[in-house]
Amino acid sequence: MEKKKTYWQENLRLIFICLAIWFVVSFGFGLLLVEPLNTIRLGGYKLGFWFAQQGSIYTFVGLVFWYSAKMNQLDKKYKEKGS
Amino acid sequence: MDELKLYTYIAVFGSFALYFGIAWWARAGTTSEFYVAGGNISPIQNGMAIGADWMSAASFISMAGLIAFLGYGGSVFLMGWTGGYVLLAMLLAPYMRKHGKFTVPEFIYDRYYSKTARVVAVVCLIIASLTYIIGQMKGVGVAFSRFLEVDYGLGLGIGMGVVWVYAVLGGMKGITYTQIAQYCVLIFAYTIPAVFISIQLTGNPIPQLGLGSTLADGSGVYLLDKLDMVVTDLGFKEYTTDNMGGTVNMFAYTLSLMIGTAGLPHVIMRFFTVPSVQAARSSAGYALVFIALLYTVAPAVGAMARFNLMNTIQPEAGQNIDYAERPQWFKDWEKTGLLKYEDKNGDGKIQYVADKDKNEMVKVDRDIMVLANPAIANLPNWVIALVAAGGLAAALSTAAGLLLAISSSISHDLMKGILTPNLSEKNELLLSRVVMTISILIAGFLGLHPPGFAAGTVALAFGLAASSIFPALMMGIFAKKMSGKAAVAGMCSGIGITMLYVFQHKGIMFIPGTSFLGGMEPNWFFGISPNAFGSVGALVNFVVAFAALKVTGPAPAHIQQMVDNFRIPHGVSAAHEH
Repeated sequence: MEKKKTYWQENLRLIFICLAIWFVVSFGFGLLLVEPLNTIRLGGYKLGFWFAQQGSIYTFVGLVFWYSAKMNQLDKKYKEKGS
Repeated sequence: MDELKLYTYIAVFGSFALYFGIAWWARAGTTSEFYVAGGNISPIQNGMAIGADWMSAASFISMAGLIAFLGYGGSVFLMGWTGGYVLLAMLLAPYMRKHGKFTVPEFIYDRYYSKTARVVAVVCLIIASLTYIIGQMKGVGVAFSRFLEVDYGLGLGIGMGVVWVYAVLGGMKGITYTQIAQYCVLIFAYTIPAVFISIQLTGNPIPQLGLGSTLADGSGVYLLDKLDMVVTDLGFKEYTTDNMGGTVNMFAYTLSLMIGTAGLPHVIMRFFTVPSVQAARSSAGYALVFIALLYTVAPAVGAMARFNLMNTIQPEAGQNIDYAERPQWFKDWEKTGLLKYEDKNGDGKIQYVADKDKNEMVKVDRDIMVLANPAIANLPNWVIALVAAGGLAAALSTAAGLLLAISSSISHDLMKGILTPNLSEKNELLLSRVVMTISILIAGFLGLHPPGFAAGTVALAFGLAASSIFPALMMGIFAKKMSGKAAVAGMCSGIGITMLYVFQHKGIMFIPGTSFLGGMEPNWFFGISPNAFGSVGALVNFVVAFAALKVTGPAPAHIQQMVDNFRIPHGVSAAHEH
C-alpha cells in the first residue's frame, strides 16, 4: 500500500512539472507575455509569435516523450522493489 | 479530359483502391477487433492513426486559411489542438487504457456506477460526433465538385460509399490500417506544396524555417516583416500581432480547444487499441509528432498564401492588376462563388483593402486558401491533384473514426449496456454494423441538406467535450472520492451553462431570431466568445461537482479501490501482491 502511494505521489509530481512547462510556453510565452517577448527576434520571427505558432508545439512533443520515458523508469523501479 | 483532371482521377481513385485493399485485408471478426482492433496496435501505428483520425477536413482545408486571415490570432487553433495531447497523455489515456474497456461511456459508467452518467455521456458523444461528421461530409462533397467537376450530391454519395465499405467491414481494425495509409497521403499532400512555395519565396525548403527567413528576391527583408508592411499599408491589422478579440478571449479559446481535444471520445477511444499502459503513453507522443508535422507547417502555409494573394493582386505598391488580366485560378474560384469581385470605383483594376467601402474583393472564402494555394504559386498539376486526394483522405479518415465512436456507443453502451444486456457477441457485432450504416445515411443526408446550424456546431462539439466529458474523466481518475451523483451534477451544469451561452448568442439550436436576452452586449462575459466558452463550462463543472461531493458523501470503498487499481500499471500492481 505504501509503495502504491509513493508511486502515485511521484507520478503527480512529474505531471505537475510537465503541466507547469506546458502552461508557461503556451499561455505564458505565447499569450500573456507575447508583447514583451515580441521585442526579441529569432531570425524573421518575433519571439512571442514564434512561441505561439511554433515553439509551444515543439515543447509539447518533447514534454510527452519526456513524461513517457520518466514514467517507464518509475514503473521499472517499483516493479523491481516489489519482487 | 485535361491533364489536371486526369492526374486528379488517378490520385483520388488510386488512393481509394488502396483503402479498399487494406479494408479487405483487415476485416474484423470479433467485437474486440471491431471496437479496439484486438488491442494489438503498436504505438507508432496508433500514433499515425490518431493523427489521421484527428486531422479532419477542418485541419487540412480550413486551418491554414483561418491563420492566413487571422494572423497571430490563429495561434489559438495551433496551440489548442496540439496542447490537448499533453493533457491526454498525462491525465487520461494511460489510466483509461489500464481500466481496459471498449468505450468512453463505459468507463464513466464503471467509475460513477450510474446509468444516468452513462446516458449523459452517450448523448454528449453522439451530438459531438454527428455535428463533426456533417463537416467532413461537406468537405468530401466540395472536394469532388471542385476537382472532378461532378455534382456535389454524387461526390457525397461516392464518399459515403467508400467510408461504408471499410468502416463497416473492418471496424476499428480496418479503420486503423486505412488511417495509417490516409495519414501518409494527407501529410504528403500538405507538405509538398508548402515546400515548393517556401523555396519559391525564401529559398529555404523547410517551411517552418522559411517562414522565419528573408525573401529570395534579394531585398534582404524578412518575409514576416514584408507581410506586416503590405497588410498594414492596405489598412488591415498587423499580421504578427493581430490578437483575436483580446488576450482573455484568446486564453479562454485556447484552453477550451485543449480540454475539448482531450475530451473528444473518438480520439480517446484510439488509446484502447494499444497493448499496454506504457504503449498508451508513448502513442500519445507519436500522435503528437505526426500531428505537429502538419501543425507547424500550417502557419507557413497560411502566411505564404496571404503573401502570394496580396502579391498577385498588387505586385508593387499602388500598381494593382487589371481585372481583365486576372490569373486562371482567380477565374476558377469565381465560378464556385467562393471568390467575388465588384468594381466599385470603375477603374477596371482590383483593389483589396480593409476599408469595406473601397474593398473590391467582396468575398474571399477562407476555405479556398489551401486548395487554391498550389495554383496561386503556379505549381505543377500533379501537386494540385495530390492536394485533392489529401483533402479527401483527411475528411474520410475522421468521418470513419467518428462513425465508429457513434456505433459503439449505441450498440455497446445503450443496447448491450442498458436496454438489452443479453445481446450475444455475434448479434452485437451485427448491430454495430447496422447502426454504422444508419449513421452514414444520416450523416450523408445532413451533408446534402446542411441544417442552418451546421456552421455553429463545431463550437458545440468542443464545448460539450470540454465542459462535460473532460472534467468527468479527470475527476474520475484524480479525485478518488468523487461520487456518481456529484459527477452527474457537475456534467449537467457544465453542459447547461455552455449551451445557454452559445444559444443566447446564436439562437436556440442555432435558429436565428431565438437568441434570448437580446439586450445584452455580445461576448458579455469578460469578452469571451461563444466558441471559447467551453473552458468556463468546465470550470463550472469542477466547482459544482466538488460542492455536490460535500453533500452526497464520497464514493463507496470498492469504487475507490478500482481507482487505486487503474492508477497503477499492471506490472506495478502485480508486484504488490507479494
